[in-house]
Amino acid sequence: MAIASVAAISLFGLAGEVVQVEADISDGIPSYILLGLPDAALSESKDRVRSAIVNSAEPWPNRRVTVALSPAWLPKSGSGFDLPIAISLLLAQGAISESSTHQSIFLAELGLNGELRPVRGILPALLAAKRMGYTKAYVARANRIEAGLVEGVEVIHAAHLKELLVVLRGGVLDTQMGQVTGVPVVAGRSADLSDVAGQPQARRAMEIAAVGGHHLLFIGPPGTGKTMLAERIPSILPPLDREGALEVAAIASIAGKFLGATELPTLPPFLAPHHSATAVAMVGGGSHFIKPGLCSLAHRGVLFIDEAPECSSGVLDALRQPLESGAVSISRAIGNVTYPAEFLLILAANPCPCGRYSGRGRGCTCSALQIRRYLQRLSGPILDRIDIRVVVETPSRIEMAHTGGGEPSESVRTRVVAARERATVRFQGMGWKLNSKIPPRELRQRFTAEKSAMNLLHQRLEKEEISARGFHKILRVAWSIADLAEHERPNLDDVELALQFRQSLGEFV
Amino acid sequence: MSYRKELGQRGEEFVAQHLESTGCEILDRNWRVREGELDLVAQTNQGVFLFVEVKTRTSRKYGDPLEAIDAKKAQRLQKLALAWLMTHNAWDEPFRIDCAGVIFDTTEQKFVLDYRVGVL
Repeated sequence: MAIASVAAISLFGLAGEVVQVEADISDGIPSYILLGLPDAALSESKDRVRSAIVNSAEPWPNRRVTVALSPAWLPKSGSGFDLPIAISLLLAQGAISESSTHQSIFLAELGLNGELRPVRGILPALLAAKRMGYTKAYVARANRIEAGLVEGVEVIHAAHLKELLVVLRGGVLDTQMGQVTGVPVVAGRSADLSDVAGQPQARRAMEIAAVGGHHLLFIGPPGTGKTMLAERIPSILPPLDREGALEVAAIASIAGKFLGATELPTLPPFLAPHHSATAVAMVGGGSHFIKPGLCSLAHRGVLFIDEAPECSSGVLDALRQPLESGAVSISRAIGNVTYPAEFLLILAANPCPCGRYSGRGRGCTCSALQIRRYLQRLSGPILDRIDIRVVVETPSRIEMAHTGGGEPSESVRTRVVAARERATVRFQGMGWKLNSKIPPRELRQRFTAEKSAMNLLHQRLEKEEISARGFHKILRVAWSIADLAEHERPNLDDVELALQFRQSLGEFV
Repeated sequence: MSYRKELGQRGEEFVAQHLESTGCEILDRNWRVREGELDLVAQTNQGVFLFVEVKTRTSRKYGDPLEAIDAKKAQRLQKLALAWLMTHNAWDEPFRIDCAGVIFDTTEQKFVLDYRVGVL
């Protein structure tokens, strides 16, 4: 047989498309043509594939070889096509039988010696393969754990092309090879909240933010524990379910950050980019392969930006779209990719450039104007999306001397999970799960606070102390406070606390 | 004569014999002009002119003999073939360019032929 076809997957964002790798060997002067919009890495596959085949003691066709990747119009990238190209060439020469590759996907890079090397994006690729009805996947051994996360696809992994060919020729599976099952799902480790001394106000704010998915701003002088607190937020969030953990792992896999992982962590991700990060790093981008950005890597987890006012202008504002829609849509010449980006945004800022304007502000060397301008670097639209603002002060003598440690994460998380449960039941069948996602109209009609509390809000609105948007934001936070307190509906206290969290920046901004 | 030249000539001779055995008539050998050389020119018993490029090697160690024919060489062969037809007043006759890869097995003192028809 001089024509053969083998299936592979090309990824575009999280979506995968089946690509048929067709090989045609015809009479003619030895030559090799690769068709189907390959990128640079893929164009180089020719020499890798040839060396790998020859060094595995398999026949290389010294004839006219045409390899076509179909659909031809779809731009393809990456080295994962090495293995399917090699297999299609061997198939076209009759070195293996066609029935052995039926219903199978092949994805691996080849080393010159025939070694199978891992590629990124195996997890989303196999999820796509499964959707299209493929039941078997051949991958590099280093990708086996990741591939094994996809239930319903039999994973055959090998370290070398020779090894893989033994299987394709009906040989016995090596004990090391074959199906991967039961990839451990583990909690993952995070620092514990019991390490933090004092900070009752900040702890309360974190707990409320975790319940309702409200974005949070910490303001306080250096060394008061803003970073320490933020790092511990994943530990009080409810653990991810399997589906969520897979989604997080799939994004990490595309970014090449999941290679070599041996387990599926259920701890929500925590990303803390430096404030010098660019807007493209934040939302994602790239010319021939569109990479997910930090906000997508923080999907279902926490994105923490320390020293937020130091960010270049535009970087924080680039987060406005994902904050609004829970996804980023990135357009480049080769197409348009959408990555999910539902994250909890935590910003931390010093109160002023020197950082000492707090408490009685005695050590501060900044001018009044500098102080006023500092937090104004956070743009209005971004600040407007932050529902909870909290001032983090230096812990008091008593708090520091207290040796028992703070409340551990686990007991906080138990309350958060219970409160989220109440919200989930309340919002059953409504299309959203978190308090921060209640649409404005529903807030005014179905999900109002108690009458006295509503009166208070309306008064504030009338006095122009809060905006109409602020009115809704305060109500949403109030619902999270009520869920924690097991109130049927937010009462006056709940709303007052929410109001306080919204306004506690008064002295700075 | 150097070993390589001799090997090349013996290869060409072997291919010529093969062509004759299939009923072709050899018209020219090593036809040379400034642009290059045609190894073999022949005519089949149906009257088709054949231009045959012969590549001879003693082993596949440095790749298949036919791999030595690249796009530039192919283009040159086409030009030479047309030039030959012009000079022999046969420019509207049917013709074909073939390639022959010959491996000379030094241990068994035998030629192995890989003949590809009409590849350019």
